[in-house]
Amino acid sequence: MADALPKTPKLDELETGPFPSFVKEIKMAAKRSPMCKDLLGQLEQSYEEKIGHWKHGGIVGVMGYGGGVIGRYSDLPDKYPGVSHFHTMRINQPAGWFYTSKALRGLCDIWENHGSGLTNMHGSTGDIILLGTRTEELEPTFADLAKMDFDIGGSGSDLRTPSCCNGMARCEWACYDTMALTYDLTMHYQDELHRPAFPYKFKFKMSGCPNDCVASIARADMSIIGTWRDDIQMDQDAVREYADKGLDIKSEVVDNCPSKCMDWDGKELHIENSYCVRCMHCINIMPKALRPGKDRGATILIGSKAPIVEGALLSSVLFPFVKIEPPYDIIKDTVDKIWDVWSEEGKNRERVGEFIQRVGMGNFLDAIEVEPVPEMIAHPRENPYVFYEEYFEEGDEDEEEEEG
Amino acid sequence: MADVQERRTDFGPPHYEQFLPPTIKENYGKWKYHEILKPGVMVHVSETGDKLYTIRAASPRLLSIDKIRMYCDIADKYCDGYLRFTSRHNVEFMTPKEENIEPIIKTLAELGHPVGGLANSITSIVHTQGWVHCHSAATDASGVVKAVMDELNEYFVDMKLPGKLRIALACCLNMCGAVHCSDIAILGIHRRPPRVNHEMLKKQCEIPNVVASCPTAAIRPAMVDGNQSVEVLEENCMFCANCYTVCPSMPLNDPLNDGVSIWIGGKVSNARHEPMFSKLAIPFIPNNPPRWPEVTTAVRNLVELWAKHAKKHERMGEWIERIGWPKFFKLSGIEFQKEHIDDFKHAGLTFKRSTHLTF
Repeated sequence: MADALPKTPKLDELETGPFPSFVKEIKMAAKRSPMCKDLLGQLEQSYEEKIGHWKHGGIVGVMGYGGGVIGRYSDLPDKYPGVSHFHTMRINQPAGWFYTSKALRGLCDIWENHGSGLTNMHGSTGDIILLGTRTEELEPTFADLAKMDFDIGGSGSDLRTPSCCNGMARCEWACYDTMALTYDLTMHYQDELHRPAFPYKFKFKMSGCPNDCVASIARADMSIIGTWRDDIQMDQDAVREYADKGLDIKSEVVDNCPSKCMDWDGKELHIENSYCVRCMHCINIMPKALRPGKDRGATILIGSKAPIVEGALLSSVLFPFVKIEPPYDIIKDTVDKIWDVWSEEGKNRERVGEFIQRVGMGNFLDAIEVEPVPEMIAHPRENPYVFYEEYFEEGDEDEEEEEG
Repeated sequence: MADVQERRTDFGPPHYEQFLPPTIKENYGKWKYHEILKPGVMVHVSETGDKLYTIRAASPRLLSIDKIRMYCDIADKYCDGYLRFTSRHNVEFMTPKEENIEPIIKTLAELGHPVGGLANSITSIVHTQGWVHCHSAATDASGVVKAVMDELNEYFVDMKLPGKLRIALACCLNMCGAVHCSDIAILGIHRRPPRVNHEMLKKQCEIPNVVASCPTAAIRPAMVDGNQSVEVLEENCMFCANCYTVCPSMPLNDPLNDGVSIWIGGKVSNARHEPMFSKLAIPFIPNNPPRWPEVTTAVRNLVELWAKHAKKHERMGEWIERIGWPKFFKLSGIEFQKEHIDDFKHAGLTFKRSTHLTF
């Protein structure tokens, strides 16, 4: 019984080819784990029948936590008893996804003892995903993880595990310390992260520059994207060096500038910084010559999400520029106000972005006590259906005249 | 009571600082510039003059602990025991020693993990769980990704494309992978309305919740065969499966009708053009495991069409915006169908509202 893997002719076809194979990974794990053998069997059946074989959800967890464990049960438990339970644990990753081999080996040992031996490095939100274990193993797994100081991540209608790009650790474009902010917010909001009490999920994503390597603007309820206010730092000698080495600065850099704020006369690059929209293109192309300015901070945007329920949204500007420095009070004060009004007024499964669409951005700004500024919009409204809040009664004119 | 220990909770993740290689700790916030040395290899240079070399390799994301231990062996041998993962599931090995680059690449090659995914390449596909672990999947995730990346591997290990190309896959509209702003998004879709389990519904679900979950108000309370249940106005169902998420008695999974759709032209970066959503290119391709040949062909065709026509640095969406969608459909040979025209909220904003047309 120990050795034989189930016959999986369809999956076997995915062991060939130049890209790394997940089937090989499952088979490696299956040498030790009966769970993975049955996973192979069930997955092969899915490949034959073109349908998944997992039941819908199931509430499991570890004591004291309301999220972070996704219950999963096979709908063919008699045929594949090894995956009758196959729960996922989301483990809060270290910011920036840096590890020591010692920590990773520790995680592997825990997962060898308590689970399938399969992981995702990482889940879409950023967590370490431990894929597949039984209900009775959840507590012992957590106990062992806690000994290594690894805590559980978010799931359900809670704060999801915050994540960030590698920021100042290994990028010259980081306009603030993404990893420090991510760690700070994660620690500050442990209760919200571990106990679902919101209308729906809430995500923070920290990107150090407008290149947005963690797709913050597309999927974070609050997107914190690094930027700068002063002039792009420029080394004209290095610009000329790029030109000498064959870079066509006119066509590749200047012509691609979205705000048409630069020109190149063959010797000097001129940038009209007051028109620069901080898109990063010129800096991306000539990293040795151009760098973000020195007065750095972030644009804070709000409300992005994938389509479910009312359609996909991109985040939109809430604060055009904020200095990002500990203790990050401006972020925390704003977040607390947003959560208050959204928790009170939001509908079940309504993300913050959808909530804003429903109640109106103007009303939302009133509720969180933020003044409207033109940076928040692409353009002013085009329809005349304005909710004016006050009107005059007859006789008001006389009073005004008297006051005047 | 004396032996009752207070249970430790809410202690959060380990602090990242302990996981940073010494070169990074010493140069944190001091990086000056970086250069791509060759596919998958870059060097970051600090104000202090220190250098850090990074070797990026492909990963299937679904990793066994055996493979992670092999990664650890590489890190121990060449990188002082440090490594990291990227936001698109690649693994990265970092070292201040230039002479370690080739041995790391060689070891990764022996493990079957190509090095690449930097600059003007196609990097690993952000994706979801699919049939490996999800109850609402309309297609598999890992299998489609493996098949597509086998097809496109030459673009992972090289930098011969006009610009970056980012592919993402989500196995249903819940989009755990937030694929909706990708150059190419592969999206699992259902096409058959939920088949209500009238006997179970009242036991498993709260009817008002099920009714409220539908964004098109296609679900109404109903008595069916003596059961308190719901009915679905099928012509109003656009297969979002939000009802199934709140109620297990509303399954949409169906092998005859599930499959994938392909969306193109999105981006998240602010470089040049503002971030954009992906737009529908191919409304439906049936599931054809294990290698989804119709999907891999469609993706390759899209990549190569863009590569042939785009200007340098132009992303898929920027290129199509320049030439116009009619020209895209003509060049690609993809048949334009009714499904391409939006009919959800604010659909009118996506209509062509000018005479700016090419012929």
